[in-house]
Amino acid sequence: MTEQMYSAMAQSIIDGESEEAEKLANQSIELGIDPLDAINQGFVLGVDHVGNLFSCGDAFLPELVMAGEAMKAAVSVLETEMTKQGTERKMLGSIVLGTIEGDIHDIGKTLVGTMLSVGGFKVFDLGVDVPILTLVEKARTETADIIAVSALLTTTMVKQRDVIEALDDIGLRSAIKVMVGGAPVTRDWAEEIGADGYSEDAVGAVAVAKELLVAKAL
Amino acid sequence: MQPQLRILSSALVPQIIDEAFQLLVNPGIKVQLKEARTSLADAGARVEEEREVVQIPEEVARKALETVPHEFFLYNQDGDPSVHYGGDTVHFDPGSSGVNVLDAETMQHRPATTHDLVKVIKTADSLWQYDAQSTALVCSEIPKEIGDLYRLYLVLLFSKKPVVTGAFSTKNTGAMIDMLAIFAGGRDALVQKPTAVFDVCPSPPLIWSQFGSQSLIDLARAGIPAQIVSMPLAGAAAPVTLLGSVVQHTAECISGMTIHQLAKPGSPIVWGGAPAIMDMRHGTTPMGAIETAMIDAAYAQVGKTFGFPTHSYMCASDAKVVDYQAGMESSTTAMIGALAGINMISGAGMLDFLACMSTEKLLIDAEAIGMAKRMLKGMQVHTDPLAADMYEGINFKGEFLKQRITRQLFKEEQYLPSAVIDRGSIRTWQQMGATDTFARAKTQLQDLLNTYQPPELPLKQVAELQNMVSGLAKEAGMDQLPEF
Repeated sequence: MTEQMYSAMAQSIIDGESEEAEKLANQSIELGIDPLDAINQGFVLGVDHVGNLFSCGDAFLPELVMAGEAMKAAVSVLETEMTKQGTERKMLGSIVLGTIEGDIHDIGKTLVGTMLSVGGFKVFDLGVDVPILTLVEKARTETADIIAVSALLTTTMVKQRDVIEALDDIGLRSAIKVMVGGAPVTRDWAEEIGADGYSEDAVGAVAVAKELLVAKAL
Repeated sequence: MQPQLRILSSALVPQIIDEAFQLLVNPGIKVQLKEARTSLADAGARVEEEREVVQIPEEVARKALETVPHEFFLYNQDGDPSVHYGGDTVHFDPGSSGVNVLDAETMQHRPATTHDLVKVIKTADSLWQYDAQSTALVCSEIPKEIGDLYRLYLVLLFSKKPVVTGAFSTKNTGAMIDMLAIFAGGRDALVQKPTAVFDVCPSPPLIWSQFGSQSLIDLARAGIPAQIVSMPLAGAAAPVTLLGSVVQHTAECISGMTIHQLAKPGSPIVWGGAPAIMDMRHGTTPMGAIETAMIDAAYAQVGKTFGFPTHSYMCASDAKVVDYQAGMESSTTAMIGALAGINMISGAGMLDFLACMSTEKLLIDAEAIGMAKRMLKGMQVHTDPLAADMYEGINFKGEFLKQRITRQLFKEEQYLPSAVIDRGSIRTWQQMGATDTFARAKTQLQDLLNTYQPPELPLKQVAELQNMVSGLAKEAGMDQLPEF
């Protein structure tokens, strides 16, 4: 019965059915299933499945995004329940996310946010055209592990370097990792400005963020 | 008769326009410049000041659209009208604002420099297929504060053709107009005979940013042609359906033209764009996709229904080298644009989603454009009867080569491609080094650059321009302009 429930949960994510995912989350609470089990043994399997298909080129952005939205819907129900129970989902880490100052492109950035959040990170998405200081200040007050910053223009990409310098200035460079991304951003650029992580796409960003946390723990 | 592609049925066009007018009211247009909101409100639009959202009733927009000129010319530096924006006239210019070049020696994409841009300008200047220059590359060694006007500076020094350009900041729009005015003989003379058109971009979906709105207003007041480059990204920043994206394009252009005409009725403005579909596998914006070209052809048809001059971004490819994909995407979209009767088609030379320029590709694209232009001349009736008289004395022999009329008319009938296109025999091809298109383009580009003659420009004006630009460069922290 519970196994069936888990596989229905995974399927609801694969199908990108937010309402179905939400319904299953509520049902699992009524059935007394531990919310953490519902997430980790049910819904997450669906996200992983779609993520893998996407990486192989067999699933597409609309499917990935809808899976992310369905996951968020389910997790929101389950987290509310956990709060009631006095427990909480242990997040992998926290990430402050935004598109750099002067740049208003948000499609890629938002997708990265969705993937990170369904991948188990607490994400503070500050939106687009975010001043460097706002990013850094948010990371400081939330004691975030990572700042992830996107740029779609070569003219705004240069400011990614300022994020790193700003962290240096307030003495937090060693405590907070920096990930960069966006169409013009390359691995070489990430290295040149001394960023800690870079990914070509949103699915890859989750893997990079996980690696950075491991590196941080060492 | 000029062959035509009309991709929309006559029932769809009014439906698109009607839905676009509905979008102008619900959800409305986000206009982030206070001055533009105020002028729209004065004209009868409803403004939600806090959300910066303006609802523009159809009659307000239609009234503004009435004053948009249906045609205008761009002039070269000799004062000749060499680009006609209007009707079904078709022109091509190179793609613009690339940041990389494909280095033909290393085959790497690397950041563009002054040297690269000068090469592009000389190439476009030498090829008849390009009726206008673009400001094709952003030079990486130049401070970004003057990156936009520096491109125009180089174009003015190396070519007399009109320019499709654009500014990156409000301040520089004015400076660039002043640069053009130096050669035109003052701002008034420039308005009489404009030598450039300035791109202005809305932000999808349905947003006119502060900078975008300000540019519309400034260009209108200056009387310098503006060109709206609306970029619905189908499936991401616009509806996934091609028609849905055309509706959004229509709404963005109508709202932009309304802001523009309210600032100064009668100023010239172009119904243009650079839409794309969203590639759902890679999250990229393919300019070479057939659906991208279909959106272009469709919105051009909508613009023509109003009688507006049109522009689009075609003849570009998403390939990373100049290969079959590059040729296929560039020539297919160039042909579609030509058949759609789009007045200015920007994009030749570009690879990698408009990020990278290849001068060799620019040279090869000229052949695709040559063929598209030949297509537009259509099937011409040179003789009457069409054939019968030419059989006189033929007596079942293939001897048409001997006829005077063959000699008279073959150049009218046939587009003669450059040596980039291989139509020789296999033996000739082998003797010539068994080259591919790219290798031939490299050779031909060298010849072209070796024989290029810089335009004769009045020295006083050149000095004035150099003074002005070196002053602006100093302000931006660059003590000396690069040598070229």
